[in-house]
Amino acid sequence: MDILYKVFIEPFVFMGEAPDLLIQTLWEGLVSGVLYALIALGFVLIFKASGVFNFAQGIMVVFSALTLVGLYEKGVPAFLALILAVLVMLVLAIVVERVVLRPLVNQPDIILFMATFGLTYFLIGFGELIFGGNPKEMITDALFLPQGTTELDMLGGMVRFQHLDIAAAVIASIMIALLAVFFSKTRVGRALRAVADSHKAALSVGISLNQIWVIVWFAAGIVALVAGIMWGARSGVSFSLQVIALKALPVLILGGFTSIPGAIIGGLIIGIGEKLGEFYWGPLVGGGVETWLAYVIALLFLLYRPQGLFGEKIIERI
Amino acid sequence: MLYREAGQFKTNYVADSAIFPLREDRIGIGLIILAAYALAFLGNSFLLQAVMIPFLVFSLASIGLNILTGYTGLLSLGTGAFMGVGAYACYKLMTAFPGVNVIVWIFVSGFFSAGIGALFGLPSLRIKGFYLAVATLAAQFFLQWCFIRIPWLVNYNVSGALDAPLRTLFGVPIMGPNATPQVRYLVVLTIVILLTWLASNLVHGRIGRMWIAIRDMDLAAELMGIRPLQTKLLAFAVSSYYCGVAGALLVFLWYGGAEYDVFNINQSFFILFMVIIGGLGSLIGSFFGAALIFILPIVLGIVLPAVMSPFGITVGSDVIEHLRFMIVGALIIFFLIVEPHGLARLWQIGKQKLLAWPFPY
Repeated sequence: MDILYKVFIEPFVFMGEAPDLLIQTLWEGLVSGVLYALIALGFVLIFKASGVFNFAQGIMVVFSALTLVGLYEKGVPAFLALILAVLVMLVLAIVVERVVLRPLVNQPDIILFMATFGLTYFLIGFGELIFGGNPKEMITDALFLPQGTTELDMLGGMVRFQHLDIAAAVIASIMIALLAVFFSKTRVGRALRAVADSHKAALSVGISLNQIWVIVWFAAGIVALVAGIMWGARSGVSFSLQVIALKALPVLILGGFTSIPGAIIGGLIIGIGEKLGEFYWGPLVGGGVETWLAYVIALLFLLYRPQGLFGEKIIERI
Repeated sequence: MLYREAGQFKTNYVADSAIFPLREDRIGIGLIILAAYALAFLGNSFLLQAVMIPFLVFSLASIGLNILTGYTGLLSLGTGAFMGVGAYACYKLMTAFPGVNVIVWIFVSGFFSAGIGALFGLPSLRIKGFYLAVATLAAQFFLQWCFIRIPWLVNYNVSGALDAPLRTLFGVPIMGPNATPQVRYLVVLTIVILLTWLASNLVHGRIGRMWIAIRDMDLAAELMGIRPLQTKLLAFAVSSYYCGVAGALLVFLWYGGAEYDVFNINQSFFILFMVIIGGLGSLIGSFFGAALIFILPIVLGIVLPAVMSPFGITVGSDVIEHLRFMIVGALIIFFLIVEPHGLARLWQIGKQKLLAWPFPY
C-alpha cells in the first residue's frame, strides 16, 4: 500500500502544497517541449514532402549551430556568420538532393531511412574534423539574445523565468507561424503540399520534384539552425545535443508523422510529461527517468493509437 | 580453373538443399576454419586481442541483428542494450554460481537477453518500420538506465563496473586477468563458429523461411498460415539471444571489464551499419560488415600517418576517429546506392565470375 500511496497520492499532494513549484516545472516542460517541437518540425517538413524519414535532422541541428559558432570563433562577425550558416545549410540541401536522394528515387522507405543514418555519421565526422569535437558556447551576446531571469511572485512562492527561455518560446512560435503561412499561402508552399499528397500528380502538373526536395531540405536546415541556436544557448553546442534530438522521435509518434500541429502538441506533451515525471515521480526510482520516459510514453501510445494524435492515415498493421 | 561445379551431381534432396553444394566451397570453408584456429598459434597477441577477438564478437552481434533486420525485416535500434542484458546476466549468474563452468553461463545468459528482447518486440505486432525503430529506442534508453540505476546488477560494487573474475576451463584460465589472448581467442572462435552454424541451420530451414516470408510480404505470409505473432517474437528472441551472447563475450573475453557506457546507442548504430554494409539477409555478410567497420579504423590509423608524413602533415588519432565516422557514413550511402545487398552480394558475384572463368560465356 505504501508504494501505491507514493505513486498515486503523494505527488499530487505535493503539487497542491507547492503550486509555485508546479508552475516552475510546467514552465520548464513547456520550454523544452517547444524546442522538441522545433526539432520535430524539421522531421515533419521532410517527411511530408519526400516521404523520407530524416534521421539526420538531429545532427543537422548540431552541425548548423556548430557552423555558426565555429565561424564566429574564426573571426567572422556574428550576423555574417549567421548568413553563412544559412548558406551552408543551402549547400547541404543541394548536395544531399544530388548525392543521396536522386540516386535512391523509388527505393523502399527503409533504404532511404538508412541512407540518412549514413548522412548522420558523415556529418558527425565532418563537423568534428572542421570545428573540433569540443563543446562550444553559443554566442548569445553577439546574436542579441536576452539573458538573465525574471522572478515573479506567484501563489505564495517565487517562479523564475529565464529570459532566454521566453525568447526561445517566442521565436519558436514565430517560426511555426511563418511555416504555416509559407505552407498555405505561397506558391512554393502549395507545391510542397501537392508533392506531399502525390508525387505523380505533382509531376504531371509540372512541379519539379528535385527542386522541391532542395527547398524542403533547406527549410528543414533553417529550422535546424534555429533549434540549434536555442538548444545551444541553453546547454552548449556539442554532439551530445544529438541525443536530445532523438527525443523528437517520440514527439513525432505522439503527434503523427505528417502533421505540423501534431508536432507542436506532441512536443508540448512530451516536454511537460517528462519534466513532471522527473520532478514528482523520478525520485521514487532513483531519478534520471528523463532519458527514457519520452520513449516509453510513445511506446504506450503506439499500442493504442498507432497513427498518432493528428496522423493522416492509419498505418498498416498485421 | 579449380573452382568448377561440373561433374558434381545432386542425386537426392539432402544434397540439393545443402548449404555448401560445391565440394570446393566445403573445402574452402574447412580451410578458413582451420586457418582461424591456426592463427591462435601463429598470430601475436596484439593481432588476437585488438583485431580478431573484437572482430568475432561484433560478427556474432551482427548475425543477431541480421536475423532480425535482414531476415525478418524488423528494424531495431536496441542492439546495444540487448548485448548489455547478456553481459549483466552473465555477470550475475557466474558470481552467484561460481561452481558451474562459465561457458555454460555465457550460453545461458543469452536466454535472459532473448526474454527481454521478446518483451520489447511485442509492439512489432502492431507497428513496423520507423515506428518500431522508435519502440526499440525505448528499450535502448530504458535498459541503459537500468544498468546505471540498479546496483544489484553489479553486486553493489562501488565502481558500478563489470569485471571479469578468474574462471578456468580444464584448468586453463579463460577469463580474468590471467587469461592469455590466445586462450580467449580460441574460446570466442569456438563459440562463434558453433552459433554461426546454428544460425545457418535456422535461416535455411523452416523457421528461416517463415522469417523471410514475413519480411517479404507479411499479409501473404499470414494467408499462407504463418502466424506473425510467434514468428516475429521468435525473431526478436533469437536475435537478442545472439546479441546477448555477443555482449557477454565482449565484456568478459575482450575488455575484461566494462561499464554501462559500452552498451550505449552508438554501439547499436555501429552494429546496424555492419549489417547494412555487409548485406541485409546474409550471414557471411555479417562477417564482412564487421570486418570492414571494425578493421577499417585500425588500417586507417596505420596507413594515414604513413602516407601523410612525407608531406609534413601529422595525423592525430582524433582526426582518424573523425575520418572513420565520415568514411563509414559515406560507405553506407555508397552501398545503399550502388549495391543495396552489401558486400555479401559482391562476394556472390565474385564467386559466380570465378565459376565461369576463364570462359565467361
